[in-house]
Amino acid sequence: MNASASRIARTLLLAALASAIAVGCSKKVKETPPTDSGPSTGTTTTPVDDGGATRPGAYGPNDLDTDACLRNRVVYFDLDQDALKPEFQAAMACHAKYLRDRPTARLRLEGNADERGSREYNLGLGERRGNAVSSALQANGGSASQQTVVSYGEERPVCNEGGESCWSQNRRVELVYSAK
Amino acid sequence: MTPIARRLLASLFLLLPAFAVSAQSRGGLEIDIVGGNAAALPIAVVPFGGSTGETDVDDIVRADLARSGQFRTLAEAGLPERPTQGSEVAYPTWRMLKQDFLLVGRSVPSGDGYRVEYELFDVAKQQRLLGFALTAPASAMRDVAHQISDAVYEKILGVPGAFWTRIAYVTSSGLGRSARYALMVADSDGFGPRTVVNSTEPLMSPSWAPDGRRLAYVSFEGGNSAVYIQDIASGSREKVASFRGINGAPNFSPDGNRLALTLSKGGNPDIYVMDLGSRHLTQVTNHFGIDTEPTWSPDGAGLVFTSDRGGRPQIYQVPASGGSATRISFEGTYNASPSVSFDGKKIAVAQGAGNTYRIALLDRSLGSPRWSLLSPGSLDESPSFAPNGAMVLYAAREGRRGVLYAVSADGRVRQRLVLAEGDVREPAWSPYRKR
Repeated sequence: MNASASRIARTLLLAALASAIAVGCSKKVKETPPTDSGPSTGTTTTPVDDGGATRPGAYGPNDLDTDACLRNRVVYFDLDQDALKPEFQAAMACHAKYLRDRPTARLRLEGNADERGSREYNLGLGERRGNAVSSALQANGGSASQQTVVSYGEERPVCNEGGESCWSQNRRVELVYSAK
Repeated sequence: MTPIARRLLASLFLLLPAFAVSAQSRGGLEIDIVGGNAAALPIAVVPFGGSTGETDVDDIVRADLARSGQFRTLAEAGLPERPTQGSEVAYPTWRMLKQDFLLVGRSVPSGDGYRVEYELFDVAKQQRLLGFALTAPASAMRDVAHQISDAVYEKILGVPGAFWTRIAYVTSSGLGRSARYALMVADSDGFGPRTVVNSTEPLMSPSWAPDGRRLAYVSFEGGNSAVYIQDIASGSREKVASFRGINGAPNFSPDGNRLALTLSKGGNPDIYVMDLGSRHLTQVTNHFGIDTEPTWSPDGAGLVFTSDRGGRPQIYQVPASGGSATRISFEGTYNASPSVSFDGKKIAVAQGAGNTYRIALLDRSLGSPRWSLLSPGSLDESPSFAPNGAMVLYAAREGRRGVLYAVSADGRVRQRLVLAEGDVREPAWSPYRKR
């Protein structure tokens, strides 16, 4: 490669590194969803190869098992509510970043409800909760095209002894990666 | 197990055609009677003469009539006389035993089955009310017994009996990865349960076609809810709805040509009607709330459904072709899962107040709507009317397990149907059976 081409290449590389670092820093932001950094960094970041070497600051597939934030895969809800509680905002940010860093990743948002009331109506409630998580992920820069909301209503409880302690465990959305 | 392997396993289960689980056993359901009716009519069902093979026809008739809550049957033991036909009946005997009605019968072999003759008498009037004969194969003697019960019930009460009917219901056992689900069909006295679908993924919402030969239901075997229609006898089935989002709450129209269902492919759950011939879909409701559980009115022109468009679930009605929906439940903070009686006059619902859910009845046959409570709670759901509107099946929770109850529409008598193991729910009462 001649001198000017290598200079261009170096500039590009530096630009890529700079934006990668910017993306890397944005994952530390917990309070405000970094709506700006998502799309703009997406246009300057170099494409990621499937399962290959990850860029510095970007998530890799193994992080799903090792990263403290990504290991949060369940979002819990209050009775008859689909509003996302503040304690789950951090999980929304890191999972959204994972989706951005891994364009091949596919995420199922499985919505659930506790056993009280009509089963078919609870399918609707589970879907509302799944949609709420999907909206929060999108607000954090995660792409909707990588997400699918599926509602199981009250049909897949994790416990069946009834009472508020069990019911609160069933009012949940599970984040299930069908592709990493 | 990976999701793909689990799905393969579920498909293997479903490749097994519908088979009778244990036709000879009493069935997985036991029936206990809770409560009683002081105004029940006393009837003596005398053991029939002759034999009908393994099946005790008069036993079944006696149990049917007692189960309805409308009759009090005389115990078989200690009957002073055992007439099998009219010429052997001595009315004073039965008057002394304070019986209003007397049923006698006898059977003789006929071909590969039996010919069963029966006669019903009014003791006070000393008059024969019914005299018929039914001929059927030995394997159909339970059906014969239920048909006799239906005839006796209708003659005395003026309302068709619903003893010769079936029930569909969902069972489940286990939690998480070991969960197993099944869709079952049994006689409405619980006899002879057979598996229609077996799955490792949830099954929901069985709905009978009016010909009693097919069931629509929801299955998650494909990784999301989807609606299937299955022929019970052959096991063959078709997937009729598997759109993005929810595919749920299927309900056959009275003429069997259309299926109402809930789809959220438009962004939120709405009611649709599918023409089963063309598969063409008509959207009936279009509201950002959750609209679900469509149930046809008997004339096929309207739908009653559950909607939380007003904040919490309530019952609404709408023309089946679409249009504006009108709220019809104004008592209770939560009303869902409507079941409409054959004459359209009564609607059974699951009604919630705080954490207690009970079956309630909305009676619209009089000037102003009247509510009554049919069940004690506290987690009662999924009411389903018998085709004669006289009884309602529903699901109740007892500890960790689900059981079914049948309650008379006047709330006076309840029977508990208990599956030997596991969880039973989502009952659906079949239409009248046809010969």
